[in-house]
Amino acid sequence: MRGVSILEIDNLTVGYRGADGWRDAVRDVTLRVAPGERLGVVGESGSGKSTLALATLRFLGAGGAIRAGAVRLRGVDLATLSPGALRAVWARDVRLVPQNPLAALNPSLRVGDQVAEAILQGAEGLLTPAEARRQALDLLRLVRLADPERVARGYPHELSGGMQQRALIAMALHGDPALLILDEPTTSLDVTTEAAILALLAEVTNRSGERATLFISHNLGIVARMCDRAAVLYAGELVETGPTAALFATPLHPYTAGLIDSLPRPGMRHTLRPLRPIPGAIPRLDSLPRGCVFHPRCPLALDRCRAERPPLEAPAPDRQVRCFRWREVERGALAGAGEDGAVPPSEPSSSAAEPVLSLSGVEKVFPLRRSLAERLARRPPRAVRAVDGVDLRLGRGRTLGVVGESGSGKTTLARCVVGLEERTGGAISLVDVPLAPGLEQRAPAVLRRIQMVFQNPQEALNPYLTVGEALRRPLMRLGRLTRAEADRRVARLLDAVKLDPGYAARYPGQLSGGERQRVAIARAFAAEPDLVLLDEAVSALDVSVQAAVLNLLSELRRRHGTTYLFITHDLGVVSYLADDVAVVYLGQVLEEGPVEAVLRPPLHPYTEALLSALPTLPPDPPRAPIALEGEIPAPSAMPSGCRFHTRCPRALGPICAQEEPPWRDAGNGHRIKCHIPLEDLSTMQGSG
Amino acid sequence: MALDSVERGIGDRVVTGGAPGAWRGALRAIWGRPTSALGATIVLLFVALALFGPLIAPYRATDQLPGARWLPPSREHFFGTDRLGRDVFSRVVLGTRDIFALAGAGTLVAVTLGTGVGLVTAYRGGWVEELTFRSFDGLLAIPALLLALMLLGTVGPSRQSVLLVIVLVYTPIVARVVRSVVLAVKPRGFIEAARMRGETLGYILGREILPSVLPALTVEAALRFSYAIFLVASLGFLGVGVQPPAPDWGLMVLEARNDVALAPWSLYFPAGAIALLVVGINLLADGLRRALQQ
Repeated sequence: MRGVSILEIDNLTVGYRGADGWRDAVRDVTLRVAPGERLGVVGESGSGKSTLALATLRFLGAGGAIRAGAVRLRGVDLATLSPGALRAVWARDVRLVPQNPLAALNPSLRVGDQVAEAILQGAEGLLTPAEARRQALDLLRLVRLADPERVARGYPHELSGGMQQRALIAMALHGDPALLILDEPTTSLDVTTEAAILALLAEVTNRSGERATLFISHNLGIVARMCDRAAVLYAGELVETGPTAALFATPLHPYTAGLIDSLPRPGMRHTLRPLRPIPGAIPRLDSLPRGCVFHPRCPLALDRCRAERPPLEAPAPDRQVRCFRWREVERGALAGAGEDGAVPPSEPSSSAAEPVLSLSGVEKVFPLRRSLAERLARRPPRAVRAVDGVDLRLGRGRTLGVVGESGSGKTTLARCVVGLEERTGGAISLVDVPLAPGLEQRAPAVLRRIQMVFQNPQEALNPYLTVGEALRRPLMRLGRLTRAEADRRVARLLDAVKLDPGYAARYPGQLSGGERQRVAIARAFAAEPDLVLLDEAVSALDVSVQAAVLNLLSELRRRHGTTYLFITHDLGVVSYLADDVAVVYLGQVLEEGPVEAVLRPPLHPYTEALLSALPTLPPDPPRAPIALEGEIPAPSAMPSGCRFHTRCPRALGPICAQEEPPWRDAGNGHRIKCHIPLEDLSTMQGSG
Repeated sequence: MALDSVERGIGDRVVTGGAPGAWRGALRAIWGRPTSALGATIVLLFVALALFGPLIAPYRATDQLPGARWLPPSREHFFGTDRLGRDVFSRVVLGTRDIFALAGAGTLVAVTLGTGVGLVTAYRGGWVEELTFRSFDGLLAIPALLLALMLLGTVGPSRQSVLLVIVLVYTPIVARVVRSVVLAVKPRGFIEAARMRGETLGYILGREILPSVLPALTVEAALRFSYAIFLVASLGFLGVGVQPPAPDWGLMVLEARNDVALAPWSLYFPAGAIALLVVGINLLADGLRRALQQ
């Protein structure tokens, strides 16, 4: 360990007061962060990582308290400080960049004033307000905001999410703090914005070589890219620490290994090998297991693990692990575990198969309301072209991944297909039946054939209906079963999504997020549809749970020959599950084709940027992320020519802004909409 | 059809104990909080009076006892007698059923109507919703009592008119409460899933949305009931509500107001009954709100 640590956390236990005593969200955690070091804290939701971040600031709110142990910042124990002294430490030594930038900024103050205010607080009366405002501008420039003067004059809601996060980073950097705490700083941002913010953070966290950084994240790839060392938290306990390269290349704790195996990575296909999810779910704080906290989900658990809490061992000078069997994990004891003999599904029919779904020129235009002034001035009504002329064909039994960032129109497209949103142009047909725009105009037989799984499992199920009732209804309504028949089928449906039949009597509030999503999937499959739309169906889930749901989707598809339309922002999931990909940007498809062709050069420059932002884990070589300029334009202010030209790092020149690019055919159904000839794209991307 | 599924919705939840035991838990929570328990006790007491009034009251409401004007409270007459020699205790007890029936029926109709209107218009949206709620806003801008007086001036005072007033004044308020919940629930995945199955309007409203509305609606219904009691009493006091010689609490206050120096009990006991019942229902409603919104 280098020199004296800036942050020392010793045997820290942090609890929240519950109705019947304390619930300890962080237990017995010991960590060190040295000057110039970036420590990543990795964990799923419920792991206690945010509590750890807040405890490091001693900013726990009314119900929370440090119950044991110490947090020392430059040798000073925060637990012993008076409120005044603590505020001085906050103003001077330690900064937090939170997850949700809009919530962290005051909506009624100008951004520049908020940054200046923080500077004034930290300067303890040594600066005049004018000097503070000047320094605020310097900081806004430092975080590479394009027009710092304009940003400083603006209010938070006038900035995009990425710009807000930059302003918060600027605020965190004043006065050279000793410790930066980044709590999921990019989780609420789009992939390309995330890449840009991470590049900025990589730069600012280590500017002086003295600063310590605590980087809290659920994303293993980002921690691997950004941090020197990482600590893995599970259910409030530290299970493993080590240098990121070694930790991710040879994990010693079964949980770390499980997390890594759950992650769909480039080159992995569901047809080759199923993911290895971690069974079960993270325990609740009021029902923590005895012994090792991980044993109920551990494939290697022994009787000893159930009875005794393993000590933190040091397999190497810079590594720690809390597991009795780490030596076996190191030798690869987990390799065969958890495979459960799943047969790799065969590749589906080729892309030439009979199309189940075809879209031609589908459009969805949302008219904007004109203001009175606009009406008086007789301005033409404006409109948002959310989906603008999309043609797609989806062969039977295949999976089409529609990839795009927020604002790309991918969700609107899916909603037009199912009829929740009425398209304003174009045609959609299912096999050879033309689909009416609205749900109400579609025949029940058509409704049965298309179902959808929603993004948010919390809202997908009615909290007042049991799982059994939720599943019975589509069986009766669409499957034309009697109530008694439907009740019998519910058990089979639950079994198909690997839930116990006893779940039929439960309410959604009694299920975990992953279990709810399984029920939602079961509901979609109840009436044996031909086509299932999955709208970000796994993005709200933790990695280990996500892997299990992806495996489930893969298995259901193999068994029923269902066709999937998979809407997502996550190229990793697409490359794992999809057969075909369509990359959408501002309501248009920019590239499409079979997945193995689309994700290899020649790539559309936008696909290239998305792909570069995909995290990699050691031993895979890290990619150089391409940071796109600015943010996705508002669909009401659509760029001319090629929609992507405003942000394209490979833009040719005026032609991109003036002319709509042609479709270039790369063969085998792979098409790219770009002015750059395919050979040139291949050359650039092959060398880059 | 719609009503059928609504009823089934409520029936099922009683059998299964509702969403994860929320309703049973709410009952426990009410008896666990001293103020809500007090409210519940008061309300139960009045419910008992309303049910068993004729068995408890020693005299009939209109019995005029010869030579017994303005008698102070005694063992014979717990609450004394009024200017006509009527037993105040008996009149208060017997008036309970009247006011419960009138305010209760009014509230029931207002809640049912308001729920129906709120559910359908808020779910359907569009200009019907706009028109309905804008006219409700207009109606709500007029103070309730003023509206009541205007209305009673037109149709003439009677029980039916009082009932009509309660319904007219409280339906928009209930509809607004229902609407706010519907708007929150409508965009959720389970409603869209129901639409994708081609469910009928009745099923979506009754089975998928109504259960989410019920907690807020229960609290609102309790509050409306207490305000309805207040309104009935106020109208009685103003002489435009229930007409003599009915043992209406408001009317009793009106009749006794000139005798307050001679026989204060003939005024205080009916007035106290109004206050006690309204406070009791409010405490209970507050307890319900806390228990159901956890």
